[in-house]
Amino acid sequence: MSHWSFIFAAYGLTVLGTFGVTVWSWSAMRRAEAEADALRRDR
Amino acid sequence: MHIYANPARFLKLARPLTAWLGWSGAALIVFALASGLFLAPKDYLQGESVRMMYVHVPAAWLGMGGWTGIAVASLMQLVWRHPLAAVAGRAIAVPGALFTAICLVTGSLWGRPTWGTYWEWDGRMTSMLVLLFLYIAYIVLADADRERGGEGRITAIFGLIGAINIPIIKYSVEWWNTLHQGESISFIGGGSSIDASMLWPLLIASLGFSLLFGAIVLMRMRTMLARQKIEARLRRMAA
Repeated sequence: MSHWSFIFAAYGLTVLGTFGVTVWSWSAMRRAEAEADALRRDR
Repeated sequence: MHIYANPARFLKLARPLTAWLGWSGAALIVFALASGLFLAPKDYLQGESVRMMYVHVPAAWLGMGGWTGIAVASLMQLVWRHPLAAVAGRAIAVPGALFTAICLVTGSLWGRPTWGTYWEWDGRMTSMLVLLFLYIAYIVLADADRERGGEGRITAIFGLIGAINIPIIKYSVEWWNTLHQGESISFIGGGSSIDASMLWPLLIASLGFSLLFGAIVLMRMRTMLARQKIEARLRRMAA
């Protein structure tokens, strides 16, 4: 049994999950802060 | 800690810290995973499959550390009524659940070539699965509480009660006869049964994932605070 397919699956899943949650959190933060700034300017 | 109870003061610190934690964490992760894949030696018993340790162990650490963070935030919310504590608890929950899920799946993938099975209902694996269910319940409870305009006290109590599972996970390998191996690194005892050539990429990976986890939590807290501001302003405009 080759161990490498298991290793690549584990690394791939970890990198994908970590990258996904980071990008999602970053884009949600940018959107929310831009909206809050726009509302403050329109006051 | 009470100095940062003021959201404006917190944001002043969080804005530069988010980028620092994020970029340094990402750089350390890339270096540690490349080292784990290509530089670290294979294990004399487990062979190449030991390389899964460099993603599995940091994920386990963050799953358990995340809930410990929720418990501390819950305590601060209930005892000191810290205004950012509920936000911090909710911000930790999603990345905490994600890393717990990653820990379970990578552990399962490691188990197949090592133990000959993807899953066994032993103490460590079962208590880690319980942690994932606790995270999911916490997220659902926090969302429901927020929608009905609650203060998050029930969610905080749940966060504290759920912390009972953390020592169960830690000592599961001692209390029960499990398939999962015992403790390899002890910060209290100061000892490690892992050879130094395998230990350093693991410590760098754990540090890198922890820094990135901190950046994700800060990003989620900043999102929640911005949304609170938007909701408050819209309410004032409607009044």
